[in-house]
Amino acid sequence: MSTRNHLTVSLCVMALAGCASPAATETPNLGRVATPAEVTGWDVSIPPDGTGLPLGRGTSAQGAVVYEQKCQNCHGEKGAGQPNDRLVGGHGTLASKTPVRTVGSYWPYATTVFDYVRRAMPYTQAHSLSDDEVYAVTAYLLHLNGIIGEADVMDAQTLPKVKMPNRDNFILAYPARPK
Amino acid sequence: MARPKRSLPAPFALEPAAKNGLLDRRIFLRSGLAALGAVGGLAAGSAGLARAAGPAEVPPWMQYPGAPFTAYGGPAKYESRVTRTLIRSQPGTTGSGASRTPLEMLEGTITPSGLHFERHHSGVPDIDPEQHRLLIHGMVKRPLIFSMDALMRYPMLSRIHFMECSGNSQLMYGPTPPALRAGELHGLVSCSEWTGVPLRLLLAEAGADPAASWLLAEGADAAAMSRSVPMAKAKDDALIALFQNGERLRPENGYPVRLFLPGYEGNMSVKWLRRIKVTMTPTMTKDETSRYTDLQADGKSLMFTYPMGVKSLITRPSPGLTMQGPGLYEVSGIAWSGSGTITGVEVSADGGQTWAEAALSAPVLPRTLTRFRIPWKWNGAPALVKSRATDSAGEVQPTRDKLVAEHGTNVVFHYNAIQTWSIAGNGEVKNVYA
Repeated sequence: MSTRNHLTVSLCVMALAGCASPAATETPNLGRVATPAEVTGWDVSIPPDGTGLPLGRGTSAQGAVVYEQKCQNCHGEKGAGQPNDRLVGGHGTLASKTPVRTVGSYWPYATTVFDYVRRAMPYTQAHSLSDDEVYAVTAYLLHLNGIIGEADVMDAQTLPKVKMPNRDNFILAYPARPK
Repeated sequence: MARPKRSLPAPFALEPAAKNGLLDRRIFLRSGLAALGAVGGLAAGSAGLARAAGPAEVPPWMQYPGAPFTAYGGPAKYESRVTRTLIRSQPGTTGSGASRTPLEMLEGTITPSGLHFERHHSGVPDIDPEQHRLLIHGMVKRPLIFSMDALMRYPMLSRIHFMECSGNSQLMYGPTPPALRAGELHGLVSCSEWTGVPLRLLLAEAGADPAASWLLAEGADAAAMSRSVPMAKAKDDALIALFQNGERLRPENGYPVRLFLPGYEGNMSVKWLRRIKVTMTPTMTKDETSRYTDLQADGKSLMFTYPMGVKSLITRPSPGLTMQGPGLYEVSGIAWSGSGTITGVEVSADGGQTWAEAALSAPVLPRTLTRFRIPWKWNGAPALVKSRATDSAGEVQPTRDKLVAEHGTNVVFHYNAIQTWSIAGNGEVKNVYA
């Protein structure tokens, strides 16, 4: 049944003309069309080009305050780690016997820091930080790792322009695995 | 009173298939169950040792009616030690880590749902299915929101597939072989029947842009776990899974709905699925950049290493399942590949000098755990046993030396090397690098 339905849909999609809403007749079509406001509310993911970054801004100095209150218990003073992941340092260790993977030494995109902190941190209270606070904590971590200056402002325009030190050391294994 | 030992029928006498006692894989099949019963097998701990006193003629459980019906059954109370194993969570957390399937305590290929391994990034969310929704948006003609009731009305497929965490067996990259049991070492793999709606149907209804090469899948846990998935995979065999082994998904496996990507590293099959965004490029989320990328010896990292490599291990004998003296045993294990079907498993009892083909237990399906078995007449001397799987893509399971030579020991993920167990003269089994 599913195979036949899929085939019908595919044929209709390919034909296009005279088949404006093929799914309506050939598959259950039980999804409700989402409103733009609904989509905006859910769409939190931020790709490397920064599309979708919200309004707001933050600096390292502002981020230090947020970090000490909301992050330090798990990630240590100034991102040194313990009891959980270390966030700062480790530069130049990746080819050694004891690599240290941190935001600074490993993460290829600065946008990922904003995306992840906003969706998942602090661990015990996700979605509790304002966008300004997320920008600020991101700026703080980037500054501690020597990637941006202390006074640099992180916002929707500046964050995607930050080049992470390890960016060019990732080799894509899809679609073809390198030999 | 011990029963007299029956000898195997003459035409099927113990034909050697490889050195150090490995026998033709067909012996047990040919000679039938009677012979199996006579030759005995492996047992965990001391449970298999013969008891001094014979069994009662009328045991207590034959004298009174048994227990009443139960609304939802569980395992026998005598099996209470068969549990998930090596449960570890990040410091200060209770649900950010993993628990493992006790592979050495199981047989066949289907993992009981309650023993399926767990890997959570921020615990198991308590999701009300009445309130949960799945949004499909991005490069689509019509962004759509599906209730769980709506999804239940769609045409479904059922598929038996393994799921393996890409971090499975990672302790084996370490400098010394950890003294752990098979499930503790390799138990981030499980196998279930998954039932759900082909993702391609929903993408077609939403009118996904044919130019879009990727999608982002996001979960409704407190980590909002998210991964990018190639559109080719989404349109091929991706399922929006609602059922596991015939019942609705367990909470720890994504209730009420998860993505399922056969053969791909487990974390991409995003649990508690709430959003699919059709995109042109990968989103580069935390769990496909800082984690689940494979650091090589030269400091570079492989990214998007999706299919789990061809792999096998012997589950009996294995550490903790001590051999009970010389005699005829059945060696049993599991094999799987994210790139296709297992086409063969060879077993060696002499450290890899000679190999014998094991029997594969039907059905042998793509991207599924495959059970292999072979008879072994152990002479009681120390031995090294190991298995080596081959898949339909022609890939052969590598030795640890080969894997480490190619990728180093900092990789963390995608360990699929041949596992060697060392058997001592007293029957004790240990994990070794050999």
